[in-house]
Amino acid sequence: MSSQSDDYLDGNAAAGELSNIFAIDITAAEGQCAHCGATKHFAEAHLYTQAPGFVARCATCQHVLLRVVTVNQRVLLDMRGMTYLMFDTSRLHDSGQ
Amino acid sequence: MAGAALSGRVTWRVGTVVALHDETTTARTIAFHVPDWPGHVAGQHVDVRLTASDGYSAVRSYSIASAPNSEKHVELTVERLPDGEVSPYLTQDIAVGDRLELRGPIGGWFVWRAQQTEPIQLLAGGSGLVPLMAMIRSRGAAGNTAPFRLLYSVREPEAILYRDELKALSDHDGTLTLTFAYTRVAPKDWPRPPGRIDAVLIAHTTWPSDLSPTCYVCGPTPFVESAASLLIAAGHDPNRIRTERFGATGEPR
Repeated sequence: MSSQSDDYLDGNAAAGELSNIFAIDITAAEGQCAHCGATKHFAEAHLYTQAPGFVARCATCQHVLLRVVTVNQRVLLDMRGMTYLMFDTSRLHDSGQ
Repeated sequence: MAGAALSGRVTWRVGTVVALHDETTTARTIAFHVPDWPGHVAGQHVDVRLTASDGYSAVRSYSIASAPNSEKHVELTVERLPDGEVSPYLTQDIAVGDRLELRGPIGGWFVWRAQQTEPIQLLAGGSGLVPLMAMIRSRGAAGNTAPFRLLYSVREPEAILYRDELKALSDHDGTLTLTFAYTRVAPKDWPRPPGRIDAVLIAHTTWPSDLSPTCYVCGPTPFVESAASLLIAAGHDPNRIRTERFGATGEPR
């Protein structure tokens, strides 16, 4: 249902919340969809926020990549839809200019 | 400074409002001074957290409009949404001297770096111009002369953001080409009737795909979908198209 709707954002919009969990930026990381095998940057995922928390879906096949639900002080992270995430650490020194 | 950049950790910081500027009747630019700002890259955004006296808090994402600078200033341009929870405060009630919580800079994908030399195609829908303006400003600040084209889809002439600055830039800089596409009301004698961007406009005003430009598309989700599809239909490699969506309502997140 919601996967057919036009009302989604992209992985970029989850980056602030995910910075509570990941030490480095996840939007530029490449992840592989466990369902269709597509490899894309997390920023390219479709992000649905009309939920308790948010759901990121593969832009290619729409299967769920990642879910994050926050209740009180507990954060649930479900990454069953991704076989891996690859971070490029060469940009870590990049702070602007 | 180096510590924050090295760890890559994004944290909440306090910014003090140092200037306010109304861009249109509904959009306002807010300049913050953030003493521990680690610097940013054009295209990144920040989260803004407002907390009420009863403890209720709301977080919204806004793109950074300013180029990286040494003054630790960060400018956001916020569009007021009629039913918004945060944007009415930011565009009407906020005052110089107010202190707000900002988390950022955020995002390492939808960015343009001053080291890039390839042609750049920018496509903006409404307030989707904001992060693209940061790219244009960063390019100027860095003395980078990579050829830029901007196709800016906007409701009507009165809704144009940064109008004078854009005009001055395109008048004086031959390597920055600007095209307005009006969706509701066009100026008198404008060659193209109001309407959404289409394949003809893309073909006539944007870089041809054989120049392999990097394309940045930002705006409401329907605009981004349509613009990205038109670029792909025009032969652009999907891997060279970067998008940022504001949602169907136009509210960032």
